[in-house]
Amino acid sequence: MSEHEYIPKSKVGKWFNDRLPLLTLANHLTDYPTPKNLNYWWTFGGILTFCLITQIVTGLVLAMHYIAHADMAFESVEHIMRDVNYGWLIRYIHANGASMFFLAVYIHIFRSLFYGSYKSPREIIWIIGIIIYLLMMAAAFLGYVLPWGQMSFWGATVITNLFSAIPLVGEGIVTWLWGGYSVDNPTLTRFFTLHYLIPFLILGLVVLHIWALHVPGNNNPIGIDIKKPSKDTVPFHPYIVIKDGFALLMFMIVFAFFVFYTPNILGHADNYIEANPLVTPAHIVPEWYLLPFYAILRSVPDKLLGVIAMLSAIFILAALPWLDTSKIRSAVFRPLFRQFYWILVADVLILGYVGAMPAEGLYLLIARIATAYYFIHFLVILPVLGFKERTIPVPLSITEPILGGSPNLATAKNKDSLINQ
Amino acid sequence: MKNFIRIIFLILSFIGHQFNSYAAEKVEYLKTDWSFKGPFGKFDRAALQRGYQVYNEVCSSCHSMKYLSYRNLTQTGGPEFSEAQAKAIAASFEVKDGPNADGEMFLRPGRLSDKFVMPYENEKAAQAANGGAYPPDMTVLVKARGGGVDYIYSLLQGYEDPPTGVSLDDGVYYNKFMYGNKIKMSNQLSDGLVEYSDGTNATVEQMAKDVTTFLMWTAEPHLETRHRMGFKAIVYLIILTILVYFSMKKIWSRIETEV
Amino acid sequence: MAEKKTKRRDFLFTATYAVGAVGVGAVVWPMIDQMNPDASVKALASTEVDVSSLNRGKTITVLWRGKPVFIRRRTQEEIAEAKSVKMEELKHPEKDEDRAKDPEWLVMLGVCTHLGCVPLDQKGDYNGWFCPCHGSHYDTSGRIRKGPAPTNMEIPEYKFVDANTIKIG
Repeated sequence: MSEHEYIPKSKVGKWFNDRLPLLTLANHLTDYPTPKNLNYWWTFGGILTFCLITQIVTGLVLAMHYIAHADMAFESVEHIMRDVNYGWLIRYIHANGASMFFLAVYIHIFRSLFYGSYKSPREIIWIIGIIIYLLMMAAAFLGYVLPWGQMSFWGATVITNLFSAIPLVGEGIVTWLWGGYSVDNPTLTRFFTLHYLIPFLILGLVVLHIWALHVPGNNNPIGIDIKKPSKDTVPFHPYIVIKDGFALLMFMIVFAFFVFYTPNILGHADNYIEANPLVTPAHIVPEWYLLPFYAILRSVPDKLLGVIAMLSAIFILAALPWLDTSKIRSAVFRPLFRQFYWILVADVLILGYVGAMPAEGLYLLIARIATAYYFIHFLVILPVLGFKERTIPVPLSITEPILGGSPNLATAKNKDSLINQ
Repeated sequence: MKNFIRIIFLILSFIGHQFNSYAAEKVEYLKTDWSFKGPFGKFDRAALQRGYQVYNEVCSSCHSMKYLSYRNLTQTGGPEFSEAQAKAIAASFEVKDGPNADGEMFLRPGRLSDKFVMPYENEKAAQAANGGAYPPDMTVLVKARGGGVDYIYSLLQGYEDPPTGVSLDDGVYYNKFMYGNKIKMSNQLSDGLVEYSDGTNATVEQMAKDVTTFLMWTAEPHLETRHRMGFKAIVYLIILTILVYFSMKKIWSRIETEV
Repeated sequence: MAEKKTKRRDFLFTATYAVGAVGVGAVVWPMIDQMNPDASVKALASTEVDVSSLNRGKTITVLWRGKPVFIRRRTQEEIAEAKSVKMEELKHPEKDEDRAKDPEWLVMLGVCTHLGCVPLDQKGDYNGWFCPCHGSHYDTSGRIRKGPAPTNMEIPEYKFVDANTIKIG
């Protein structure tokens, strides 16, 4: 951890710290040497922490008023929206908070992909991150079921039915998940329990994620290893705290706009119709943040293979540190990779788009091409690129890049000065 | 920083675009200016009161309003009937209560704390009385339809004779704004159907607008508070962001001079 | 010059902290207030009771705001007994006239002021109520006479809407 041993100044502090080194921890966190060239894409870690805490706090509050029963869930949500003091505000924050959480996590992930933050020695941070992401999807899905609207009910039906693709035991697993022969009250109560549990698992994993981060320290836009503490680093407090705070406030303005002015735009109108097992809505669409995976699922004509493709799309990320063979982390010095990176971004956005569209005709064709490209990117392009591409020379330090003359370095430096305000 | 904002903006607009495209069937709805739209939008009190009258005299014989209570009619940001008016409205309905000391259910005049009385005992009864179609509950109807208020407003005025070649079963009507154009509710509004106590001319258009306004309020009873609070929250956040921005510049200037 | 600079910086930081603190407060309040009684609970804050069938010497218990309310139509003896008590003898001195506007009717929150149990009717040393939890004795006016309870049983706000109907709350 810290280079120097921290000794509290006061006697009481020392007495306490000898028994439980909380002050050492606090000191480590405030003094934590951070690369000084971190740009705004690095502020999303802090933003995500904010999102998690917001979801937990508003969720606890909602759980005080929500009733997890098939006959009363919808009504209790309306009760929260109408009668509970500030209930509408808390629920809208929670509902839109989920979307904001995913928006932030996608930016966080794509930042990692661009700057190679998943590469050695940060593989464990990356894999913990993928687990957190998986748990977030589980929590979001379970939470979406709780209001017991039409989309809740049919979303739950469709997603749980994915398990029926498993040979032999599939049907049994689905019945076990439901606690009955269809999605019903037993399903709702267990989903509520799990929805309540998962955020705390995420919280624990976030602690591990940050712990694992603090061992090698942050990656940075140049992607080079830096000595710490050194001229290349600044203490986390106040430099990074204030910068994260500034970015967080900008994020909150967007968040507030959704909550106060378009609170239902990210949801689906059908979820304001109470669940009805006799009528399926015309288009079943998952929440926007699951659409790319939904598109992959639907692009494969076979049920089992579709499910496998969808899951692989996520799990392939966990293998990324070994699939990407390049020794250079940051895309700033990998011009060719940078192009493929943006194609991947476009590919995922396209998948998201076709995921919202009916699975037919041109949309289905596009979905298939985009799905194929997604896997090709990770399984073919990245491993080959590491050997074949011509990279730009990397500077040795943030403050004193010793390689003059390269035009790309000038860009890098430019970015650097932007970052530092 | 500029790049950063540009990319964020692109992603947001892309997501926004996706949501617009959710409404797969794009129909041009009838337009009217809603007083509650926009960041400062408020309900038109008189329209809400008239809208309640239309709901009560026309819609409520089939459509329930089960999440609304009579007390809500007095609530600020709503129709704001006086307490006496709302009590009179509540008392004009018979509410089932009980069991009494003899173990029997009985009817009594409604009170402010009662929920709106439902036209049918249950969903099955509602279906039986309406040729198998369940008249949906109206409390959150506006939020439960993709087109929202514009859709409801248009639907109420969208009845037409079916184009040639379209045959309709008994009890099915043609409506150009309905999904699939076939609707089991017949045209309900006709000029002068209700007599507005404030003297407003009860045209179909006027009634459709009033009742839709009322339905928007029943779906979002705290809309006015939300708009007001949102404005304050965003102004506050902008002020704090500016303060933090300058604080950040100050703090980072300490090391920038060294570099 | 240097001094002036620090001052300005201090002001900026103080302002930022202060404005931030206001925001935190504004966010915390809804999280606290949501636990207060909501609009539907508040709407049920009053209840009307038909007492036409209540005879002298009988008590009915009705539920009001989730708590029992004793409505007792007192006999002449009980009224006389309640009125004859000297103020000095009482732990919590209150005149019977102040507790029962109409001496025939005692409307009282049936909750022991010790720790919230429901006292038993027509029990105890003072012909009134007796709390089985920790042995508090109340007289025919619901005043504490013996035992750990600190005060008399509470009289809720109530009024006769008509001759047969009491509105509590």
